[in-house]
Order: sequence, then C-alpha cells, then structure tokens
Amino acid sequence: MSFRRVAVVGVGNIGSTVVADLVLHGVPALGVESTPAAAEAAQAAVLKAIRFAPLLLPALPKISRNEALARLRLTSDLSEVSDCDFIIENVTEDWAVKEPLYRRLDELAAPGVCFGANTSCIAIGRIAAATRRPDRVVGMHLMNPAYLKPTVEVIRGQETSDQTLQAVNSLFAQLGKQAVVVGDMPGFVSNRISHLFMNEAALVLQDGLASADQIDLIFRNCFGHKMGPLATADLIGVDTVVRSLDVLYDAYRDPKYKACALLRSMADSGRCGVKTGRGFHSYPAFLP
Amino acid sequence: MTTVSADSAQPIIRQFIHSAINLDGVKDDDNLFAAGIVNSLFAVQLTTFVETRFGLELGMEDLDIENFKSIAATAAFVARKAAAAPA
Repeated sequence: MSFRRVAVVGVGNIGSTVVADLVLHGVPALGVESTPAAAEAAQAAVLKAIRFAPLLLPALPKISRNEALARLRLTSDLSEVSDCDFIIENVTEDWAVKEPLYRRLDELAAPGVCFGANTSCIAIGRIAAATRRPDRVVGMHLMNPAYLKPTVEVIRGQETSDQTLQAVNSLFAQLGKQAVVVGDMPGFVSNRISHLFMNEAALVLQDGLASADQIDLIFRNCFGHKMGPLATADLIGVDTVVRSLDVLYDAYRDPKYKACALLRSMADSGRCGVKTGRGFHSYPAFLP
Repeated sequence: MTTVSADSAQPIIRQFIHSAINLDGVKDDDNLFAAGIVNSLFAVQLTTFVETRFGLELGMEDLDIENFKSIAATAAFVARKAAAAPA
C-alpha cells in the first residue's frame, strides 16, 4: 500500500519531525496547524528538521529546500485533510482539544481513511469512541525526533482492525521503521515507565542529591542510555511531560504519577527545555 | 565577509561549547560525539551557533558531522568557510 498524501494534524515540537520524516522518505505530507502564523512557523521548523536530519543520521537523504517544498504543504485549513489517505493526529495531550478534533476529522475524512493517534498517554479506545470508525483508529507513539527513530510503539485499541494495523505497518515500512504492537492502557509501555524515570530524576534534583548533569551522566554512562532522563524531559518539553503525568495520574489514580513540584514550577515559568532554550540544562543557541 | 582565522574562532567556539555542556576538562581536539560528551542533537545547536555568530550560510554539503566533531575541527571549518565566502 502506498500513500498519496499523509496529513499530520498538529505540527509542533514532535509533529514537525513527523512531517520531516514523511518528506525525507518521499511521502507527500500535509501539515495542519491552528492558525496561518502557526502554519508558517511550522513550515520553518519542518524545513529546518529536513536540513539537519542527514547531519544527525547520515543514512537519511539530503534534499534541497525546493525538493522538500514540492512534497510539503502547511495549512491552517483542517478541511484539506479530506484529500489525504492517512491522518496522523499530533495535537496537545489534552482531551478537551482532542475530542472535538476527532469528531471533526471523522466528518472530513473519507470513510476508509485510518487515524493514527500520536498520543503519549491517552487510551486509544477513548479516542476511537469519539469517531464513527473505531476500527480505523490506531495509536502510534512516535518519539522525538521521529526521523531518527527506527522503532515505533504502535497501540492496538480494542476495536482496531487487522486492516488498520496493516495500513500503519505499511506506512512505517515506507519510513524505514519497525512497529512494536502493544495493548491499550494509558501511557502504553513507554510512557508508563519513562515518565516515572523523568519525574523521579526531577525529585532527586529537587532533593539536592545530585546535579542535573550528574543525574544524566549516571544514566548515560552507567546504564548506557543515549540521553539521561532530565535531558529527555528537556527534549520532549517539560510542560508536555507534566501534562502526560497528569493524564497518567487521572487514569490510574496512583500517586507515583504525581508530577513533582519542581517539574510543575518549571513548566509554569516557561523553563520548558530545548524549545525555550532553558530547562534542566541550557540550550543557548535556541534561546528566543 | 570579514576573514576569520581558526585561531580567532577557536576561543569563541570553545566558550560556546563549554557553556552549553557545563563539563570541565573538554579539550579542543576531543571528539565530542564519539566520546559521548554530547549527543548528536547538540550538532544542531552548534551549527546554528556557527551560522549566527560568524554570519555563515551553510549548504547541505557543509552539514557533515566531521566538520563539527571537536572544538578545533569546528574552528577550522569556520575559517575555511569564511575564506571561501564571497567578499
């Protein structure tokens, strides 16, 4: 199955890397943002990601700005998704935002089109129930930056059909990715575990046991992780991590998912990581 | 374009890298990526800094990790690129 055009709704921090991944692999992409200004900013972010991707992973193709633009369209008009044969939803991790969006997408998209929910924590069954095509809704937890990751956590909801899994496998095969299909509970496998690491690492810092550099160094050099938990939180966005922890806490009512005070205060004060130039670590080249 | 020598670029790049990674003991010839001092995403920060600070426009062929693998390599790249830029 080849895809004529894939829509990505929500082209923010990770969405821009998903669009870049599609374009780099020759899949025409439509990115949808909430306003014309946001769409313009998203286009710049996508082009930047496409430009730098081969520096980070030399196996990726080097494509010119014009080649990229020929495969890429950014818009603030959601109705343009009606021309796409797969839709990846990638908006803020907030049910109040996602639910009305899915109802609208369900009206706009052709009946056979599958929806891939790139959610961090919200159960796929809940999302599927907001549509009249629950069998065509699948979870896909793409990680940041999407074009560097060879594996995707794919979440099969109670209603997700075999055909939908085939479609998503086919899409990821085109992107050179392997899908690991897991069951459907909030946070799935990756975030149920990773957010505990990030939250506890922030608590260790809050308690004064070690510096942010020391905490991340232990994870890199002792555990062999590519990044420490605090650098990972910076990359994801500290505000996004807090939102995901809130979703996990709401779902499980388990205090282990309560975001620590330091994380919440950093999110409230805009110390959100790479995207704001400052988080647990500093990113001077990205300061506004 | 003002000519930039590797010698003049090196302390500027060194200061940027030291302030960004907050680690002592990084030498000018240390391979930042191979030694795991930074992850590959740092390359985006470094190239963005190089473009902005030295007013260089990097083409696709310039975006090679070899050009940015160490403080010294980055300084040498900046000097080469500045020398090749039209006046």
